[in-house]
Amino acid sequence: MENIRLACQGIWGHKMRSFLTMLGIIIGIASIITIVSTIQGTNEQIKENLIGAGSNVVTVQLYDGEWPADFSYNPVPPQVRPIDDIMHQVLESLDGVDQVAFYTQRSWPDGVYVGSTSFSGTLYGIDDAFLNVESYRVLYGRCFQQSDYDNFRRVILLDKKAVNTLFPTTYPVGQVVEIKGEPFTVVGVVEQNNGFKPKISSMNDYQLYADTSSGAIFLPSVMWASVYQFDEPQNVAVKATSTDDMTLAGQNVADALTASQIISTGQPMASDDGMGMDDSNMAVPEGDTVGEEVTAPEGYSYQSEDLLKQAQQLQEMSSATNQQLIWVACISLLVGGIGVMNIMLVSVTERTSEIGLKKALGAKKRRIRRQFLTEAAVLTSLGGIVGVLLGIGLAQLISKTNGIPVAISIPAILVSVVFSILIGLLFGLLPAVKAANLNPIDALRRD
Amino acid sequence: MILELKHVYKDYLRGKEPVPVLQDICLSVEEGEYLAIMGPSGSGKTTLMNLIGCLDVPTSGEYLLDGKAVGELNDNALAELRNHYIGFVFQNFYLLPKMSAVDNVALPLLYAGVSQKERRERAIAALEAVGLGERINFLPNQLSGGQCQRVAIARAMVGNPKLLLADEPTGALDTASGNQIMEIFQQLSDQGMTIIMITHEPSIAACAGQTLHILDGQLLTGAENQEDCHEA
Repeated sequence: MENIRLACQGIWGHKMRSFLTMLGIIIGIASIITIVSTIQGTNEQIKENLIGAGSNVVTVQLYDGEWPADFSYNPVPPQVRPIDDIMHQVLESLDGVDQVAFYTQRSWPDGVYVGSTSFSGTLYGIDDAFLNVESYRVLYGRCFQQSDYDNFRRVILLDKKAVNTLFPTTYPVGQVVEIKGEPFTVVGVVEQNNGFKPKISSMNDYQLYADTSSGAIFLPSVMWASVYQFDEPQNVAVKATSTDDMTLAGQNVADALTASQIISTGQPMASDDGMGMDDSNMAVPEGDTVGEEVTAPEGYSYQSEDLLKQAQQLQEMSSATNQQLIWVACISLLVGGIGVMNIMLVSVTERTSEIGLKKALGAKKRRIRRQFLTEAAVLTSLGGIVGVLLGIGLAQLISKTNGIPVAISIPAILVSVVFSILIGLLFGLLPAVKAANLNPIDALRRD
Repeated sequence: MILELKHVYKDYLRGKEPVPVLQDICLSVEEGEYLAIMGPSGSGKTTLMNLIGCLDVPTSGEYLLDGKAVGELNDNALAELRNHYIGFVFQNFYLLPKMSAVDNVALPLLYAGVSQKERRERAIAALEAVGLGERINFLPNQLSGGQCQRVAIARAMVGNPKLLLADEPTGALDTASGNQIMEIFQQLSDQGMTIIMITHEPSIAACAGQTLHILDGQLLTGAENQEDCHEA
């Protein structure tokens, strides 16, 4: 304590010099805090925008090679088997999976009209679990009922955007939409329930997050065949048990589907296999072999469109560039540390007679060493604190002027301050040892 | 016997060649003695004082301080010894300029591990003993030279040392202040303090109970103090 007080006195006694000494540390720490805050802010926003507010839903789709399979104009390939209803329970028993829903999907569907207005959104053929899994709620009218599925009723649900484009002026429920020449009656209007709106702050964000801008129309999955093809491969909406399990759940479902639904050309799967066999088939190859299958460019496979993974990739991209900036900032810290060492050496020389006197009066080496180490550490930690404040200020300024989001991270601040103290101890060591080893006679003689 | 030097030699290395500074010094000082050591500059008197003050160790020979052989001690042990046994008074006072008088005086107690409260009390008492009780919070640059030297004496005495070691204590002072310092030394001597003072002024040396002369690294007179050693 006494040492810290003395150190503060010493620093206060040379305000200008101390400030200039600290400047290197201040700049280094400030840039690190600014960069880290920006990285964190960007990362959090990417994650938030992509994953949404905890809906935890991963989409598993059939891929043709590297791209999602599209059946708008292509026939259903023979090696892809339709998903049996029993798979529902099989998939839901997998690790990390809470619920699954099957659906078919067509973007920019042809032949969907209200009067002469064509619909350019997305058409979904959904099972009875879909709305629940994707957390839709009914705004007006009613939801699909079991009888709609049992009786092959021509009913549809619209989301709010579809209502805006198709029925801007009329009450939609009870109206008729023509799909491929057949009339479908609107029974309800639904809205996704998570209340999440991606934060769009740039053109890039807009392209990233803006998707079904013209809305969505939902029809019972059983009716899909009447407007499009029979046995079109279904997508799976997988609700994971938690956000962290999203990758696992998506991967498990994709592997299981690939193993059970794709008849690979090399080893055709017996069509009469019991589900028990399918079970074991999907459990065993998950580990190694499926990985190869998935990345194989030719052939079909189910893959999960993992938002968490996408978010991580985007985050890694932004971190990678910023990490280089952190190295630059570290170099400035190094330079700052050398500056501190330099000034401490000057200080030792200046105070030779003080050191000599203290040793004559009975101060041991340890005490002298500690005095100078403390002084260096106080100097750099002060620099660190000022740097943190400056960094926070800079980060806020950047977020105000450039619209880049920032998140001030407490761990980064603590690490910075501890790090600056360590720099003080490291670069103060040489001067302190030099001071402690001064011979009191020489030190007193020099005046 | 507070201290005893037996056939002490001290060499300094100039380049690679050893230069003898002290040769065959034999000296013993009884408790309560007031001793002045005189000699021209370059005679080795400062080196002798460094040895006696445990700031340095002899090249050969034996130095016993209160029965302890100083020659075998390491830096830290020497520091402890200085702290407990010896009070220093220097020609240039060596007060720390940014500390008040009382903090300067309390410094040796800090190194002795005395609590802050007791440090302050004892430092104030020591300052009162040298007549500076009203100036305890003055900085050295607010005090006259004589007052500074009195602060230095208070600092030397605050740890109740066995030996007061003064190197030209009046060298930087005018006569009046110098006389004041000598009066304080006399008082301390009367109270039973052992004092060794190095000076080149005969008038100052005259204040001491006994004077030794040193020339070219050898003690010349004061056979009384050398007897034991050479007889033995």
